[in-house]
Amino acid sequence: MQDFASQFSQAGHLILTGDPDLWAIVMLSLQVSVLAVLISAVIGMPVGAALAVARFPGRRALIILMNALMGFPPVVVGLLVYLMLSRSGPLGVLELLYTPTAMIIAQTVLVTPIVAALTRQVIEMLAEEYSEQLRSLGVSRLASVPVLLWDARLALVTALLAGFGRAIAEVGAVIIVGGNINHVTRVMTTTIALETSKGNLALALALGTILIGIAVAVNAAVSALTLRTEQEGLRHA
Amino acid sequence: MRDLMPDMPNCLQADGLRVERNGKLLLDVPQLMMDGPGPTLILGPNGAGKSLLLRCLHGLIKADAGQVMQDGGVLNAAHMARQAMVFQQPVLLRRSVSANLDFVLKRLGLGRTARKIRIQELLAEGGLETKARQSARSLSGGEAQRLAILRALALGPETLFLDEPTSALDPAATQMIEAMILRASARGVRIVMVTHDVGQARRLAADIVMMQGGRVVEHGTAKQVLEAPQCQASRQYLAGWLVT
Amino acid sequence: MFRAAIKSAMILCGLLAGPAAAEEPFIVVQSTTSTQNSGLLDFILPGFEAESGIDVRVVAVGTGQAIRNAINGDGDVLLVHAKPAEEQFVADGWGVERRDVMYNDFVLVGPKSDPAKIKGGDDAVAALAAIAQAKAPFASRADDSGTHKAEKALWSLSGTDPTLSSGEWYRETGSGMGATLNLAAGMDAYALTDRATWLSFGNKGNLEVLVEGDPRLFNQYGVILVNPEKHPRVRAAAGRRFIDWLTGHDGQEAIAAYKLNGEQLFFPNAQQ
Repeated sequence: MQDFASQFSQAGHLILTGDPDLWAIVMLSLQVSVLAVLISAVIGMPVGAALAVARFPGRRALIILMNALMGFPPVVVGLLVYLMLSRSGPLGVLELLYTPTAMIIAQTVLVTPIVAALTRQVIEMLAEEYSEQLRSLGVSRLASVPVLLWDARLALVTALLAGFGRAIAEVGAVIIVGGNINHVTRVMTTTIALETSKGNLALALALGTILIGIAVAVNAAVSALTLRTEQEGLRHA
Repeated sequence: MRDLMPDMPNCLQADGLRVERNGKLLLDVPQLMMDGPGPTLILGPNGAGKSLLLRCLHGLIKADAGQVMQDGGVLNAAHMARQAMVFQQPVLLRRSVSANLDFVLKRLGLGRTARKIRIQELLAEGGLETKARQSARSLSGGEAQRLAILRALALGPETLFLDEPTSALDPAATQMIEAMILRASARGVRIVMVTHDVGQARRLAADIVMMQGGRVVEHGTAKQVLEAPQCQASRQYLAGWLVT
Repeated sequence: MFRAAIKSAMILCGLLAGPAAAEEPFIVVQSTTSTQNSGLLDFILPGFEAESGIDVRVVAVGTGQAIRNAINGDGDVLLVHAKPAEEQFVADGWGVERRDVMYNDFVLVGPKSDPAKIKGGDDAVAALAAIAQAKAPFASRADDSGTHKAEKALWSLSGTDPTLSSGEWYRETGSGMGATLNLAAGMDAYALTDRATWLSFGNKGNLEVLVEGDPRLFNQYGVILVNPEKHPRVRAAAGRRFIDWLTGHDGQEAIAAYKLNGEQLFFPNAQQ
């Protein structure tokens, strides 16, 4: 095993000196995952809330399916998205393979079931509490969805963070649809995979440490933001 | 708030109401008419069907048989929109105090300025002026229930149902809420309120509905029921027995 | 709150638009991990990019997967090292012509303890037979890569079918060269690797080169343009320009100039 200390200090040096390549990789990771989570929120939250509030045949089966999709293997998602976006696939004309957009699509597919399933859970519990009161106020089931989503906002932020955690830490899907192309689709996790395959284990570990740091920072930022939002909400409402 | 014309009384009536669950008859009210002025208090032990009756009257629960009549017609959505209800445990939105009121006023279609003015009036009515920006979830029990009542009043209801609104509150908080209820009643809002507190019935009621085992055992003016109860169950309950 | 959310969404979109907006001509090269992990491509590509203005985007996977991706049309140029498979690719019409680019060689690496006693030999086939005889652990790529294809050819020459011992002393990693070397280092196993990856590999542990110099360990790299008639979206002109450069004077010189710790990793041998 080679000198761990020197590789760690090399990684530390890259971070502290703001190495442009490393920063580009970190920024791309954040862009891809944050956008994937936002798109997942736009799709997953209304779907989850609708499943929580609506009653229709097949609802239970859908919920089971959605919960199962939470654990969908990223590699399979990567393969599916690859097959769609490949030049010989149905969406080949869009020329999206090996672009950040392809990675966003793959991560969105991964994260949406998580957001939807957690939203369903949160909203169903809140709906139980609110149900009589909202009906008394003349709010229909459908109209109650935005009310419930808004009132569950703090729990939903947690659901989004869970989705973000899965997205930013995922490697199997993005390496297939992104191709780990230097300066184009190379993100934190694929860089770590690459350095590991080069046998640069300490450097890979150091990059992993940055990844953890990012995850902690994003969580802290969001929690600070929600706290502020809470107080602002009180001031402006 | 809509002021009711004294010559057009708001008349609420239960007609052959029955609710069964799992073969058990939970509510059986052949005939109940509420058309007099002043608060109607529904009194009785736990499990007497008071809350169930209230929910049927408000249309939250559909009876298995019979119907609720409002001013001679079967209760419909338009009638329900002119009713409001306050629950035993106030269900407040996870927003500020004023946002809870704003939510209802927005649904009524009021403009921004009108809503602001109305919110100030309501907050003053409930003594919550200083709490406007506070999170509704951080209010004390009494404040929360006052807000729930204000939110119900914000709808401008003709009828206000209250389900044991003070059962968890201390005397001072209870007093403030009773005063709010009496003021609303004085403005012409029909009050239908469930309680198991005889003292509260004595303080508020114009007429009293005495319930036991899902049935109305007695209905009369407060004076009649409190001073000369006709029925054995009423007498026992009013005497402070542990009636079940 | 809503305004803040919209504002941050706009900032995010701006961030995403950043790299996407700077769209310049590019080609996608399906290549192997050895060319990338060894640092060769990082060394030679800037020269081509500066001269041509064409960005070369390298997807580094095993040769087998690279060829399959190219068959799907997901690349403009194929740069791999498995001559028979490459010729098949061209014969099937997926690629337009194949050119030799460079070569290096495979080496047999293994633990210093060398339980199969193969150290110092130059007969790779005999060495494999000895490993099988000793039932010493051997880590195989088993991923249809160029190295794996070469390994399979050597095994068949040795008259042993190691897959019969799969899970015993024959360990099929199904992974890239680096992952397989990591595994070999971890369990003191033998492995076949290309010299470039070996020299640039950072986690050699107890491993060292035991057998080298057998002509059958020759490792030829070839470059092929994906057939634009099969996949009309192939960037044929830019792809051709890259192939011409790579097999031309400048490209060949750049390949020869790449050294790691003073050692040359790839030897250009394009037909001029």
